[in-house]
Amino acid sequence: MYEQVAANRRRSALLVVGMALLLAVVGWALGAWLGSPLGGFIVALVVAVVAAAGAFRYGDRVVLASAGAREVSAEEEPRLHNIVEGLAIAAGIPKPRVYVIPEAAPNAFATGRDPEHAAIAVTRGLLETMNRVELEGVIAHEVAHVVDRDVLLGTLVAALVGAVVLAAELVLRATLWGAGGSRRRGGEAAVPVALPFLLLAPLAAQVVRFAISREREYLADAQGALLTRYPPGLASALRKIAAARGVPMRASHAATAHLWISQPSRLEGERSGWLERLFSTHPPIEDRIRRLEEM
Amino acid sequence: MARVRWAWIAAGVVGAVLLYGILTFNRLVALRNRVRNGWSQIDVQLRRRYDLIPNLVETVRGYAAHERELFEKVAEARARAIEAQGVRPQADAEDGITRGLRRLLAVAEAYPELRASEQFLALQEELTATESKIAYARQFYNDQVMRLNTLVGSFPSSLVARLFGFRPEEFFDIEDPVRGPVAVDL
Repeated sequence: MYEQVAANRRRSALLVVGMALLLAVVGWALGAWLGSPLGGFIVALVVAVVAAAGAFRYGDRVVLASAGAREVSAEEEPRLHNIVEGLAIAAGIPKPRVYVIPEAAPNAFATGRDPEHAAIAVTRGLLETMNRVELEGVIAHEVAHVVDRDVLLGTLVAALVGAVVLAAELVLRATLWGAGGSRRRGGEAAVPVALPFLLLAPLAAQVVRFAISREREYLADAQGALLTRYPPGLASALRKIAAARGVPMRASHAATAHLWISQPSRLEGERSGWLERLFSTHPPIEDRIRRLEEM
Repeated sequence: MARVRWAWIAAGVVGAVLLYGILTFNRLVALRNRVRNGWSQIDVQLRRRYDLIPNLVETVRGYAAHERELFEKVAEARARAIEAQGVRPQADAEDGITRGLRRLLAVAEAYPELRASEQFLALQEELTATESKIAYARQFYNDQVMRLNTLVGSFPSSLVARLFGFRPEEFFDIEDPVRGPVAVDL
């Protein structure tokens, strides 16, 4: 467990440095094109530092807001609050904040930079389909992510990669639109600018895959089971989640997909978009159920 | 020449032993704090259960007034538990409460109106939640006690423990309230 914490801290630092370097190179290239490589480099570096600090400090809020999560009081959701508090006690961490997402698909995620600033969000669908034991299984899995600092890495990845993907999309649209609008001035020049951004999205996906190993889902399942001392609870919850796979989730984004307990599907049915497949970070749910049953 | 080399080796060994002593001492302190923290968590949850009991008894009394003997027993067990000092006596007293509550809920089963009343349902959710929190707090406490006792008991960390007066702590063994019949799936 402590190795896991250390590994996540290391990966988080690596991620931030890597992103800063990437941004700096892009800034340098853009600067060179505009006539001042050093200026571009410095601007990009400042942007990277601000982005990293912002992602560290406010990443959880960004992630929660992008999922449409709303903080709920103990009076509104007594059962959920009781379960979260109980498992926080079992894990020896402060009680995380509790959020509910108005979505029908049963799913959940945890975020925050450390156990003192953690939040657990569940969908309305999860509350409606799970009984107490199953809900405990799911929350225990999320609490394990908090204890292991998976939330730190996951939130940084979501915030930074999300920002890059968003920026890439914006720049791409702006340059293409600009190219169409004023063909005379820089129509051809727009292509070399747009090209690196076109490559950025798959690259960012690669970063996510590199940073978020599939093993950590198995690990959180196992640690969650250790907290509840009852593996069938989570196994049964995962079975229900698998059965509800057809229910689409509006609140999911490619950049936050890795945070959820099970890969959210945006589209109807089994078909998923290429962007989602690109960002696929979860082991097959049947495999996780099987492992839990073998415990 | 040889004497200088031996001096270096001796200094190295002393340094390593000192370093080990410091690290072990710090681990012992950290674990003892976690044990204490674990115990206070248990205490918080036990108190919450003491606070719930009068409400629950009153609610059941409204429907089953003739069960006076049982109510008195539960109240007695509660008073004993509040008075209890130390890990072992506390655990025994809590077992008394758990048994009393089980019987109280078994009695409640016979009154459909009571079971359907909103107040009773809310109390039952609170009770179920508190019992599982007691179980979780106990689990955490016992885990930490086990880690502390392992460190205090195993060689060579036992030498450091003895030097600074660290003792093995007592496990908190109670009847498991969660897996018993009190746990009602809501």
